[in-house]
Amino acid sequence: MKQIKILGTGCANCINTMKMVQEVAASKGVEIQVEKVEDLPSIMGYGVMSTPGVVIDGVLVHSGGVPLRSKVESWL
Amino acid sequence: MSELRPQKSVVIWLAGVAVTVVVWFLIYGQLVGIANWIISIFGLSRESQLGEALHFFFYDTPKVLMLLVGVVFIMGVIQTFFSPEKTRALLSGRNGGAGNILAALLGIVTPFCSCSAVPLFIGFLSAGVPLGVTFSFLISAPMVNEVALALLFGMFGWKVAALYLGLGLGVAIFAGIVIGRLKMERYLEDWVQKIQAGHLRPEQREQLSWVDRFESGVHHVKEIVGKVWPYVMVGIGLGAGIHGYVPQDFMASFMGADVWWGVPVAVVLGVPMYTNAAGIIPIVEALIGKGAALGTVLAFMMSVIALSAPEMIILRKALKPQLIAVFAGVVATGIMIVGFVFNWLL
Repeated sequence: MKQIKILGTGCANCINTMKMVQEVAASKGVEIQVEKVEDLPSIMGYGVMSTPGVVIDGVLVHSGGVPLRSKVESWL
Repeated sequence: MSELRPQKSVVIWLAGVAVTVVVWFLIYGQLVGIANWIISIFGLSRESQLGEALHFFFYDTPKVLMLLVGVVFIMGVIQTFFSPEKTRALLSGRNGGAGNILAALLGIVTPFCSCSAVPLFIGFLSAGVPLGVTFSFLISAPMVNEVALALLFGMFGWKVAALYLGLGLGVAIFAGIVIGRLKMERYLEDWVQKIQAGHLRPEQREQLSWVDRFESGVHHVKEIVGKVWPYVMVGIGLGAGIHGYVPQDFMASFMGADVWWGVPVAVVLGVPMYTNAAGIIPIVEALIGKGAALGTVLAFMMSVIALSAPEMIILRKALKPQLIAVFAGVVATGIMIVGFVFNWLL
């Protein structure tokens, strides 16, 4: 089970990123647990400057803009 | 084989781009004729009110959308050479006017979404970018954007687009210098002040090939044009209505150049509104056709984009009210100067 965190203050791009991660996980049959991190000090704690950011099992893998689908597929 | 493939697809991309550019210019040159032809199908001519309104719609919609696609694609490719992290490294520790100028210029080309304004703001400060320089970037990035420039170019020509670019940068530089001079660092929220310098990790960017850059240009077009086209259509629709039905010089009485209070009122009216350049510029063009002064409507437009109430609510998480008030006051002053200068020049 992968622990995935979506960092972002709740803008449309963050919601789109979360949906895409969930879709890709469902289509690949990967079990994930998604959590949204909206609190600014914790977002800053990951060293992210542009949201949305994606953290998988504690490692920042992406920041700034909705990731490409192919990129999401490579993470899972 | 695997070494050859990337090169081959660069060639395909370049050929595709070249063909698209040629086709683009061929269609772009024929737009007036196409619009005339469409309204003639309905049995209308430009003499009638409905005909004039429909002509405006069928000429401006394809023109604006084509310009948008072109400019946004180019910008999407340019932006792959920049990132917030690189911009931050370039600006770190730069004091004085040169830092503000560089920050405002980088604001045009650095990929930026207004929803990340606060993380970016803090990321810059914690890496030693001075407060005033950070503000120059934050003001320039949303205001001087490719969508606004493409639309201004399409509807008013390159002179107005260039003036908007120059004066928009001017406002960002001026406001950043003033805020820097005022030494307002203590008006940041306490949790922001506590974030230590060097806490942010440098991001490793993967090497991009030209194919990646072209692809991200296309991605940028899908994202931006996909988002703004309804605004453009509604804006042009409203503009078409104004164009065909509002009497000539109707706007001159309260939005003309000789109405001195027009500019400040336009700035104040812009604050509670939140839309993007795409929706507002077609309306602006139609208003100007009816006698509104360009400076007044541009001040309104800048105010809507740069001084929106929702953005201030986001910034409030990191800034104390005094700093927000100074930010709004300084930017509003800058925009008013722009409005008066435009009215005086044109």
